[in-house]
Amino acid sequence: MPKVTFDTDSCKGCGLCVEACPKHILAIAKDKINKKGHSPAEMTDQESCIGCAFCATMCPDCVITVEK
Amino acid sequence: MSEKVLMKGNEAIAEAAIRAGCLHYFGYPITPQTELAAYMAKRMPKIEGGVFLQAESEIAAINMVYGVAATGKRVMTSSSSPGVSLKQEGISYIAGSDLPALIVNVQRGGPGLGGIQPSQSDYFQATKGGGHGDYHLIVLTPASVQEMADLTGLAFELADKYRMPAMLLADGTMGQMMEPVELPETKPELIDKPWALTGTGMKREHNIVNSLYLVPEQLEKTNLERYERYKLVEENEVRYESFMMDDAEVCVVAFGIAARVSKNAVVEARKQGIKAGLIRPITVWPFPKKALAKAAETCKAFVSVELSMGQMIEDINLAIKCSKPVSLCNRVGGMIPSPEEVLESIKKAAGGNE
Amino acid sequence: MVVFERPHSLAKVPLHYCPGCTHGIIHRLVAQAIDDLGIEGNAIGVAPVGCAVMAYNYFTCDMIEAAHGRAPAVATGLKRADPSKIIFTYQGDGDLASIGMAETVHAATRNENITVIFVNNAIYGMTGGQMAPTSLPGQVTQTSPYGRDVSMAGYPIKVSEMLSALDGPEFIARVAVNNVKNVKNAQKIIKKAFENQVNGKGFSLVEVVSSCPTNWGKTPSDALKWVEEEMIPYYPLGVYKDKSAEKEGE
Repeated sequence: MPKVTFDTDSCKGCGLCVEACPKHILAIAKDKINKKGHSPAEMTDQESCIGCAFCATMCPDCVITVEK
Repeated sequence: MSEKVLMKGNEAIAEAAIRAGCLHYFGYPITPQTELAAYMAKRMPKIEGGVFLQAESEIAAINMVYGVAATGKRVMTSSSSPGVSLKQEGISYIAGSDLPALIVNVQRGGPGLGGIQPSQSDYFQATKGGGHGDYHLIVLTPASVQEMADLTGLAFELADKYRMPAMLLADGTMGQMMEPVELPETKPELIDKPWALTGTGMKREHNIVNSLYLVPEQLEKTNLERYERYKLVEENEVRYESFMMDDAEVCVVAFGIAARVSKNAVVEARKQGIKAGLIRPITVWPFPKKALAKAAETCKAFVSVELSMGQMIEDINLAIKCSKPVSLCNRVGGMIPSPEEVLESIKKAAGGNE
Repeated sequence: MVVFERPHSLAKVPLHYCPGCTHGIIHRLVAQAIDDLGIEGNAIGVAPVGCAVMAYNYFTCDMIEAAHGRAPAVATGLKRADPSKIIFTYQGDGDLASIGMAETVHAATRNENITVIFVNNAIYGMTGGQMAPTSLPGQVTQTSPYGRDVSMAGYPIKVSEMLSALDGPEFIARVAVNNVKNVKNAQKIIKKAFENQVNGKGFSLVEVVSSCPTNWGKTPSDALKWVEEEMIPYYPLGVYKDKSAEKEGE
């Protein structure tokens, strides 16, 4: 099953991954703040993930690692 | 030492540079140094690894120099006054990145487009900065075609040793005159440069050549470290010629073509019973401060002979702490002081008329 | 099995760019190309003056900082000093198309065997959002507060079209990174631009149509929409020159 890992403290909350995800299963965690003061992106439904890596492709900060 | 050949000053620099192991030349045509570029254009392609490139501008040329300098290889550019003005930012970058390189300025009349005849009016530009920021160049001032050759090799040596750019500050006369010159052998001793950009080969951390330090403490540190090296240069690399100074009462100070003319005047002055002497700086940075301070102990007056409105005269005054009168004998616009004009100034100085 | 991770040539340091800035994506594409071609140990990169001024910290190969606009000249020096090294420049629109236009044109016309990555986001980011030579007609910037007036400031420069008119350069292409499809295509083109150098083919420039959310006053996603709706129509994507492909076609 595809697995997506977030290096949460590197995330700047830009939202490009959320926009890119074809399954719409990523979101900005509005109630959380990382070490940089940003609200980071997070996975909301890992089971629906198809491992397309569109999120990682659009991420400017190499926050996301995708395994299949 | 090898053969003696009759050569033009500009070409002597080029040949000496090649023999000093400089295989990279970037330049742009400008009178009165274009022969240097033309010589390189003919010579470099015949040497293995030799690179000659006429750049799109003097700005591009100095930045190509910066690129090669970062690889640790010997590299040079040449130009004349207006072109050297263009290079100032690049020179500041080379100095601020602690890289060795040679810049040749065959000075012409200025300011602006000026004239194509000789001058020495880039002295301030060469010795007091030119580019922005705190830095120095080792500045060498040849007074013969032989020195055009010899000081080229020395410039590369000192630039490598102290990790700083060097300038050969010649004037149009030096560039154009033809004299016999003994060219050095072709076996320069090159030093190791672990900081150079040679590709990591996946065997070391990457090297960065850079002059940007946004943290002020870091930028201050690099400036202070650089000036420690400059201190060593000032202590060890001053060069000058002393002519008839043992019992001199009037000290003439001149470099380049002005020194050639002044020597004649000094000899004539002696014939007329005036105790004149000449101190000829061969490095104007570092300036021969100690030699001048010593001369001020016994001389009663100084004459600065320059092809400018008076630039080196300020350094003379500083070196002798304004302890004795210093007068200026000068011509500008491409005019050269005659031995008679220099003699007149020596007489005035001897007569205590300043 | 890992299907997506940080390339080795991209240093493991946090990038200082704004959230959603496309520099991050483009840096990764360059690093990936270097990894794919196995040239990390041989590469030397030239950083610009602009937001990417600290690019020398972000790649693991040897790096040099160039004066504003002069990267192609510095790259020329580096490449001529040792043609076996893979030299690349990474420049913004002010660096490449304003102050450095002469160096860009002449390196291209000499067909210097280098790779140039041109990040075109129609604005001067680092200094706070001034007009760039590639700012669009009517575009509001700090130095065109009433919109770019072409009668005063002239028309934007189309770098890819302009350089491809020269006989010298080997490869000129324009790509974008505003969506996944374009990013994947940009990856291929950037790799080709490096591969050309490895194969001794000559000057290869990739213009990457990019965004600047902060100075455009948009969210990162909206900025990418503006790239799609406004920039790409003005700066069409495609391969503008490919000398080797043209030769093969003959």
